[in-house]
Amino acid sequence: MDSLVHSAANASSRATLAGALTARTRLVAALALVIASLPLVIANDYFYDVAITVALNAIVCIGLNLLIGYAGQISLGHAGFFALGGYGTALVATRYGWPTLAAFVAAVAAVALLAFIVGRPILRLKGHYLAMATLGLGIIVSIVISTEDRITGGPDGMQVPALAIGGLVVQGERAWYWIAGGALVAATWVASNLIDSPTGRALRALHTSEIAAEVAGIDSARHKLFVFVVSAAFAAVAGGFAALHAGFITPAKASFFHSIELVTMVVFGGMASTGGAIVGAAVLTVLPQVLTVFHDYEMIVFGGLLMATMIFLPRGVVPTLYGMLASRTRS
Amino acid sequence: MSAASVQYIASGLTVGSIYALVALGFSIVFNASRVINFAQGEFVMIGGMSAVSLLALGAPMPLALAGAVVVATVVGLVVEKLAIERARRADVVTLIIITIGASILLRGVAQVVWDKSVHRLPPLAGDTPVTLFGATILPQSLWVLAATVVIMAALTYFFRRTRLGKAMLATSHNRLAAQLVGIDVDRVLFASFGLAAGLGAIAGVLIAPIAFTAYDAGVMLGLKGFAAAILGGLGSFPGAIAGGLTLGLLESIGAGYVSSAYKDAIAFVIILGVLFVRPDGLLGALRSERV
Repeated sequence: MDSLVHSAANASSRATLAGALTARTRLVAALALVIASLPLVIANDYFYDVAITVALNAIVCIGLNLLIGYAGQISLGHAGFFALGGYGTALVATRYGWPTLAAFVAAVAAVALLAFIVGRPILRLKGHYLAMATLGLGIIVSIVISTEDRITGGPDGMQVPALAIGGLVVQGERAWYWIAGGALVAATWVASNLIDSPTGRALRALHTSEIAAEVAGIDSARHKLFVFVVSAAFAAVAGGFAALHAGFITPAKASFFHSIELVTMVVFGGMASTGGAIVGAAVLTVLPQVLTVFHDYEMIVFGGLLMATMIFLPRGVVPTLYGMLASRTRS
Repeated sequence: MSAASVQYIASGLTVGSIYALVALGFSIVFNASRVINFAQGEFVMIGGMSAVSLLALGAPMPLALAGAVVVATVVGLVVEKLAIERARRADVVTLIIITIGASILLRGVAQVVWDKSVHRLPPLAGDTPVTLFGATILPQSLWVLAATVVIMAALTYFFRRTRLGKAMLATSHNRLAAQLVGIDVDRVLFASFGLAAGLGAIAGVLIAPIAFTAYDAGVMLGLKGFAAAILGGLGSFPGAIAGGLTLGLLESIGAGYVSSAYKDAIAFVIILGVLFVRPDGLLGALRSERV
């Protein structure tokens, strides 16, 4: 991930010369390079598994970062969308006998529709009230999944059939690595383009002041709703892939703690930075894997690290490092 | 009124009082700092667990309860000193993440200091239920209600009559103006964390004989306390109490008549419904945003 931070920083420091387009292309290119070369150092299936989880979490974080970092709207319930993507895929495939790929697409579309319906009243709320509403939404989803055990298998979770594209069944960690990696590159590309589009500028404007943005002619409700639906769809894509990859899904994926983990990844990496979202997802996904060594002290280290980073690097890891690098190259 | 509904109202008021105490903690910290302290639920847990430990060490009941509240208050003050105060200038989302980090850290410490199993604190006045209007009510429920009324009275006195209480209120109304008249707003924030943690711990020792306690017992109580604070309008003390009692009552009645499986979801369905109609909470003042 070092090379990613480095090239993103380099790209941005020359942004005045080469223009924003180059910075955008460089991030996507650097990411594709990292993903393509990672198999050279990955030793076994376990590391592939971790890499796939990193990529899928990064997709959620890129979407969430559009909402939190750019539009300034917090969500403490995105695990709900993530889990609905997974459960939706599993249910449509098993109960209605749809092909898994079609079930996956249908689940993502359904989650996007749900976000579209609940988004308008929820996004009227501001600050802590918005935090409460999204948190409540996520918890309701989580409780429904745990309680409706005849449909979802309840707390025990449910089986998910394997992904089949055409007649080809996707099997093995390597195949999934390329699917997750490809999806991550695509998500980065979509997000980068969105940020540099008129919609992205509108989002940044309403982040600073919604009223001022509206005075300037921006339909803030429509833009907020759009980015909310996009971020929910990203979460559903990652959730659907995660369920298909694992072959199993449990209500823990919908838990409040998972929502918090996702927000933490975004803030840790650095808000309003797509590279930051990816780095945040990578660090905070790999860290618990490393921390299993400490076992009993896992939560202490995780919580302590979270506090320390936010106290000493309040802007997040990537923007802070980038700022240091930029000031060094300037002097 | 049927015996069943008296039963639901009694248990609703009991758990509602607990939500109210937790919600007050949220509002006190919010008023001093504009921050939602997600570690508030952990103070409830620390209160309950410390009381269990102190009793096991042989401390008499009153001393164990008082000691538990002191432990949680000290932890609250330490969290403020080491984390919140250092990050004073960070934006609100960053501060929220810091409190989330603190709650995970405290839960992790609790797991190591204590264990992962469920503990029960013995009730203050035995287990023999009292019959009231045909409903059976645990004596502990009456203790919860009585203690909550006493705490409300004490808090009213504190905020109306004491220098520190008045300073806290002044800071919540206008931080800059409070600073200009010589109020040490950093000390107010420090004291607010201690007070909120103490209130959380009182809720924790009161509810532990009824609902048990464990290292993760604070999560749901914290979230529902937050919901209660939002329901009543964040930062309003009467609102926190009204919100807590309303939530407790609706939850208990809903669990009794609608679905007990969805008991925990009721609070969040209500809060979503209320926020859709009144985006500033039930008792929240209508404000206009300055550009």
